[in-house]
Amino acid sequence: MTAPVDELLLRGLTPTVLGILVRRGADFAAAEDAVQDALVEAIRVWPADPPRDPKGWLVTVAWRRFLDATRAEAARRRREEAVEEAGPGGAVEPGDVSQVDDTLQLYFLCAHPSLTPSSAVALTLRAVGGLTTRQIAAAYLVPETTMAQRISRAKRTVSGVRFDQPGDVATVLRVLYLVFNEGYSGDVDLVVEAVRLTRQLAAAIDHPEVAGLLALMLLHHARRAARVGPDGSLVPLAEQDRGLWDTGMIAEGVAVLQAALARDRLGEFQAQAAIAALHADAPAADETDWVQIVEWYDELVRLTGSPVVRLNRAVAVGEADGARAGLAALAGLDESLPRYAAVAAYLREKDGDPVAAARWYAEAARKATNVGERDHLVRQAARLRSAG
Amino acid sequence: MAKFLLLKHYRGAPTAVNDVPMDQWTPDEISAHLRYMNDFADRLKETGEFVDAQALAPEGTFVRYDGEGRPPVTDGPFAETKDVIAGWMIIDVDTYERAVELAGELSAAPGAGGKPIHEWLEVRPFLHAMPTITE
Repeated sequence: MTAPVDELLLRGLTPTVLGILVRRGADFAAAEDAVQDALVEAIRVWPADPPRDPKGWLVTVAWRRFLDATRAEAARRRREEAVEEAGPGGAVEPGDVSQVDDTLQLYFLCAHPSLTPSSAVALTLRAVGGLTTRQIAAAYLVPETTMAQRISRAKRTVSGVRFDQPGDVATVLRVLYLVFNEGYSGDVDLVVEAVRLTRQLAAAIDHPEVAGLLALMLLHHARRAARVGPDGSLVPLAEQDRGLWDTGMIAEGVAVLQAALARDRLGEFQAQAAIAALHADAPAADETDWVQIVEWYDELVRLTGSPVVRLNRAVAVGEADGARAGLAALAGLDESLPRYAAVAAYLREKDGDPVAAARWYAEAARKATNVGERDHLVRQAARLRSAG
Repeated sequence: MAKFLLLKHYRGAPTAVNDVPMDQWTPDEISAHLRYMNDFADRLKETGEFVDAQALAPEGTFVRYDGEGRPPVTDGPFAETKDVIAGWMIIDVDTYERAVELAGELSAAPGAGGKPIHEWLEVRPFLHAMPTITE
């Protein structure tokens, strides 16, 4: 009689249900609280009593929660009367045609430029992703009360923003990229969640950079099983067991990317995905098409002008044209760039200078910002020094 | 979205501007100091930047392994130990600049004469989890 609740299906309905409440006249902050309550209620009730129409059920329960909360405030009597006139269930049917637009509007609102990156991430995960505050707090390793405050402040910040105001896709993509790149710590898999939210966005808007980011995520996510060794250590791309790559996911990423590139509106995420696709396409590390990868880095430099991109380009040049060419590409870049030391170490070793390389690896380990990288870099320094 | 440790030292940090030891303050000055610290933490809870705070006893024990089958060796406390941690606060903020700004505010806690201590706090970034995209 009882079946486990399909949490992904449930959470996938979040933006639609929230959009319906907002269109019925609920303000965003109150509607969002009501939808959270309904999700929690669904997880409690559905196993024993699954609804025939999950979305309709959620809309009804969330709307009732919203009304209860609203009734508690005498000052909001006017809205209550308007609701009663509309009758039970309200005036707008759940199957409203504008639900795709609503989803898109929610992404824009939660990534509004007035929000700090961490607030935008938290609000997106809750209001669009349907995660609970507790789950988000656990994923980011902060107390639940801290995350609750972050979310309620974020809601206050956007309270004056009109729901139907057009937003900027680029800010939404930055938020989703941040979620994706957060890593694997915690109970909630933020990587999977970021892929799901980007896929959902791609269904709501036809935009080559949204597709580019989705492709980039799929192509990186496909290598997940190969990126970490049995002892938990980082396995660099060249040493990964390519048999562990998820070929189905790679194929999907490549297909999404090709469709995006065909639109001929190149952007940063498409170019990055193209590089990831070239890596994914090589049956062995030494069969990688580095010449093409350098060309894509040239595009990326043109698009972004970013010194970090130039740094990564130096690695690719080192592979395509030899260590000397790579070191030449590195010359002139600021040594304080993140990972400069790691790139210098790699190219020095390739150039046949293990002593300098070991020194750069040790320096890179000191500057690493995460434990996995630090351990990997220390091991590289140790390998060179014990061989010498 | 990066965590930082704000470290407060009993000893080992450069000398504060208002360097009168706490036991020579008036009781009201001590109350004002503690209130400032609590208000600071409360404010960070409201901004969604607070993670943890902890005070430590000034005296500790050094412990080390002494070989198979033997109990660990203990020693100390050492009066001459240069660096003694008094406590910490952990914050989760958007930027390094924000961490420095908050440490500056915390360092302004009032001490003797109700004047800011201008105490040196150490700001240490956490090493975070491995990002998904590293190549």
